[in-house]
Amino acid sequence: MNVGGEARKRLVVVGHGPAGHRLVEALRERDVTGAWRITVVGEEPRPAYDRVALTSHLTEGADLALPAHGPEVTVHTGDPAVEIDRTARTVTTASGRRVGYDALVLATGSSPFVPPVPGRDLPGVFVYRTIDDLDALREHCAARPGAGGVVIGGGLLGLEAARALQGLGVDAHVVEVAPWLMPRQLDEGGGAMLRRHIEALGLRVRTGTPVAALEAGEDGAVARVRLGDGSALEARVVVFSAGIRPRDELARRCGLPVGERGGVVVDAACRTADPAVFAIGECALIGGRVYGLVGPCLSMAEAVADQLLAEAGGSSGNARFEGADTSTKLKLMGVDVASFGDPFADREEGTLSVTYTDPVDGVYTKLVVSDDARTLLGGVLVGDASAYPTLRACVGSALPDSPGQTLFGGVGPAGGDLPDATVICNCNNVTAETIRRSIRDEGLTDVGGVKSCTRAGASCGSCVPLVKRLLDAELVAAGIEVDKALCEHFDHSRAELFDIVRVRRITTFTQLISEHGRGRGCDICKPAVASILASLGNGHILDGEQAALQDTNDHFLANLQKNGTYSVVPRIPGGEITPEKLIVIGEVARDFGLYTKITGGQRIDLFGARVEQLPQIWKRLVDAGFESGHAYGKALRTVKSCVGSTWCRYGVQDSVALAIRLELRYRGLRAPHKLKAAVSGCARECAEAQSKDFGIIATEKGWNLYVAGNGGMRPRHADLFASDLDEETLVRYIDRFLMFYIRTADRLQRTASWLEGLDGGIDYLREVIIEDRLGICAELDAAMERHVASYSDEWRDTLEDPDKLRRFVSFVNAPDVPDPSIVFETERDQIKPVLRTGPQREVLSR
Amino acid sequence: MTADVQTRPSTAVGQRSTIRWHDVCAYSDLLPERGVAALIEDVQVAIFRTFDGELYALSNFDPFSGAYVISRGILGTRGDVPTVASPMYKQVFDLRTGRCLDDPRVALPTFRIRRTPQDRVEVASA
Ligand SMILES: Cc1cc2nc3c(=O)[nH]c(=O)nc-3n(C[C@H](O)[C@H](O)[C@H](O)COP(=O)(O)OP(=O)(O)OC[C@H]3O[C@@H](n4cnc5c(N)ncnc54)[C@H](O)[C@@H]3O)c2cc1C
Ligand code: SF4
Repeated sequence: MNVGGEARKRLVVVGHGPAGHRLVEALRERDVTGAWRITVVGEEPRPAYDRVALTSHLTEGADLALPAHGPEVTVHTGDPAVEIDRTARTVTTASGRRVGYDALVLATGSSPFVPPVPGRDLPGVFVYRTIDDLDALREHCAARPGAGGVVIGGGLLGLEAARALQGLGVDAHVVEVAPWLMPRQLDEGGGAMLRRHIEALGLRVRTGTPVAALEAGEDGAVARVRLGDGSALEARVVVFSAGIRPRDELARRCGLPVGERGGVVVDAACRTADPAVFAIGECALIGGRVYGLVGPCLSMAEAVADQLLAEAGGSSGNARFEGADTSTKLKLMGVDVASFGDPFADREEGTLSVTYTDPVDGVYTKLVVSDDARTLLGGVLVGDASAYPTLRACVGSALPDSPGQTLFGGVGPAGGDLPDATVICNCNNVTAETIRRSIRDEGLTDVGGVKSCTRAGASCGSCVPLVKRLLDAELVAAGIEVDKALCEHFDHSRAELFDIVRVRRITTFTQLISEHGRGRGCDICKPAVASILASLGNGHILDGEQAALQDTNDHFLANLQKNGTYSVVPRIPGGEITPEKLIVIGEVARDFGLYTKITGGQRIDLFGARVEQLPQIWKRLVDAGFESGHAYGKALRTVKSCVGSTWCRYGVQDSVALAIRLELRYRGLRAPHKLKAAVSGCARECAEAQSKDFGIIATEKGWNLYVAGNGGMRPRHADLFASDLDEETLVRYIDRFLMFYIRTADRLQRTASWLEGLDGGIDYLREVIIEDRLGICAELDAAMERHVASYSDEWRDTLEDPDKLRRFVSFVNAPDVPDPSIVFETERDQIKPVLRTGPQREVLSR
Repeated sequence: MTADVQTRPSTAVGQRSTIRWHDVCAYSDLLPERGVAALIEDVQVAIFRTFDGELYALSNFDPFSGAYVISRGILGTRGDVPTVASPMYKQVFDLRTGRCLDDPRVALPTFRIRRTPQDRVEVASA
């Protein structure tokens, strides 16, 4: 398309990283007339991906690809630019392609700095920058399980890489030449505290010593790292993470000015000395510095998009890069560390700093404020970074409280108090105002919506808790907030009631409602409390007052069907059943005239039983060795399994045996909602484990655990929680997962929506369950042990208790008369209910 | 193959104006905050004992589902009103009047009920 009769302008972008990608997207979004024809030249063999999340490619196999640009943008991958001719205005690539430009943007990023130590080219030595780097690293480690490894550099990236190495089965050391870890972000106290956390993860740390040489073993690959003090560390794999260098070689070669320590010199509009050439992202030297965080890189991209639009008459072209916040938070599982603002501002005159050290909990906190103690300048958080999003957002403005109060008073201001101009998401430069506006205008009600609408929280994710609080505050203001109160009888949520019952050791509904509620309850709170009491107490659900709380299914230990009859589901653990037992089920169904159907959970449902028949049916089933399947309860239903390695040609583990073990372990466990599980014997996943509350898939090395999947109305793929677990660890994690869910979920909340609502999501869940961040694992374990030890079959107990059997009558004054309203006809050789009257909406009172 | 269930014609409730009291069960047969079903002259009646010991009798027929299940509902209160919730689709009814609190067009028939000095429970067919 021609614009105003002129030919379209040609934009060439060199480098397809996050900065180059954002530039193209920003331009495409706003260049409605199509003034620019865009060509991208990228060196890597794939289009742009989310480098910030690189580690998840290694640990979770995550797909990092950024959204594709659409067909009107030409992207050449795997073909680096090698020469720029600024007179002819052309770029030449390695394959010989020559592309002309009207504007050229260098977005070549940076490369890892590898210090010139002997042996740095040996096989087994890596950097940590691209997907290809990580793939090579993984392959190398896979062939050397249990090997020692060394990461050179104890900064943000080095620690992330060391943790990832550990995940690959490497026994990793971190070597840092500075006297403490993360020297660019932390002061000495913070660095020392961080070291304790890092060591607690099983990583080993050497600080204050340079690397002298890498030494080869007999196979010619790296075998040792020799340190400056003469000592050596065993290392079959070495990763350099010793800082980055801007990739300015193209600019150098075509005569553009570069900084002394590298970086293409640009002005605040990101323009180089040649007005037709821009540089953005990590390759740019702007305001005298090179930024190594994605947030500033993306801001530069936006600023250049604005200049380009101005050249085509579509914008004022006023956008400038204004400098950027370099707050950072370490994305390490289990280690909270963050710095914000200028953490070293206390080295300057006219500032005060408040520090707090708690060696017991491993917490180190420092806030730097102006000398009137009003304005927050920066700070460091180690061990507990929960205040990070709030504090970061307050940098440069007034503290919500006195520094001491801010440190000890907990969470900080509610989302509603943050000024509109506060930048909430650093990575994508999203302000509180933008988020608030989009919540209001788009009617957003969840964090996912805010993410996709504003990009806030979509990169490193550290601002998500703050986004959540903004959202909650907006919803409250709009009167939309979902009331957490269970019902009119309790102002508490289910999770709160659970804690009240647990902590105050309440054992009856009457006590709970008289002390913490009002009225006599209803069909919402009574079953919820019954479930809480059952989860905690493990008494029989029909004992004493508990009986009055249960809804009809739990009251009759069977499932109510539309005509007032019940269905019966005996437990068939793992879906494995002997022919004898199958015959018993068949005989019972035949003798009582029941309709039979195979369920999705690999068992058999028997329909059409009248109340008074239930004990007779169960007597036969219990005598044959069956027990309650809890199909009627908000409890564990089944652990489905595929046939697994015993029979299947592909199976790598015995999925049936594990499914049986798990089903027997968790049978009868009462929960906020039903629980379903499955075990597959190999990655082919025949048991559909990823659609379950917890699902297990066998691997060559053990079991992968998935959690919070769901079928049903809102299907959700389960999240991979942990990989290659041995069976005991697996069982322990599931124990904790279930107990934590039972404690904290809302009434009728499945694990899927529970996890979606959990602040911090799956990472937080891992911290709680694996790292014991809340210090409750021992309690959760004990609670599950209590459950397992006290399990007994509800139907067997009922049959043995004349008192409980009394309720199974049709009519209290005519126990021999079956309910005359229950009528059946025949369809496909089985019974089918007939409702004689059908629903009647208008019934007049007498 | 049908189940061997006997169905009975449900004849109309006695039209005579004299009240006839029917013995149903012992008071102690009723669990607090639960119901039972009784058959009174071929009519299904749901009988409830609330937490404070009061007795109520309503039709056992749930007009929303067409099934005879009201006696299996959960008892409770809404404001000051003693209630039962149908176990089928959870509509809530006023135990005193039978009115459906979720749909004012609907009400369940009510029956008179009393506790005798001998601690028996009796329901009247009108
Ligand atoms: C493991 C890891 C974790 C990180 N975590 C965080 C974090 O938590 N928070 C944060 O803010 N930042 C983080 N970063 C930094 C962040 O990824 C970078 O700031 C960001 O990627 C910079 O974007 P860019 O587009 O400027 O450069 P790059 O991402 O480096 O992209 C430049 C691209 O240009 C290509 N290129 C170079 N030369 C040429 C050429 N001559 N021709 C064609 N193509 C060329 C390169 O191959 C590369 O694909 C992390 C980085 C890594 C490696
Ligand atoms: S999941 Fe694997 S082991 Fe199980 S049945 Fe399918 S192919 Fe076989």
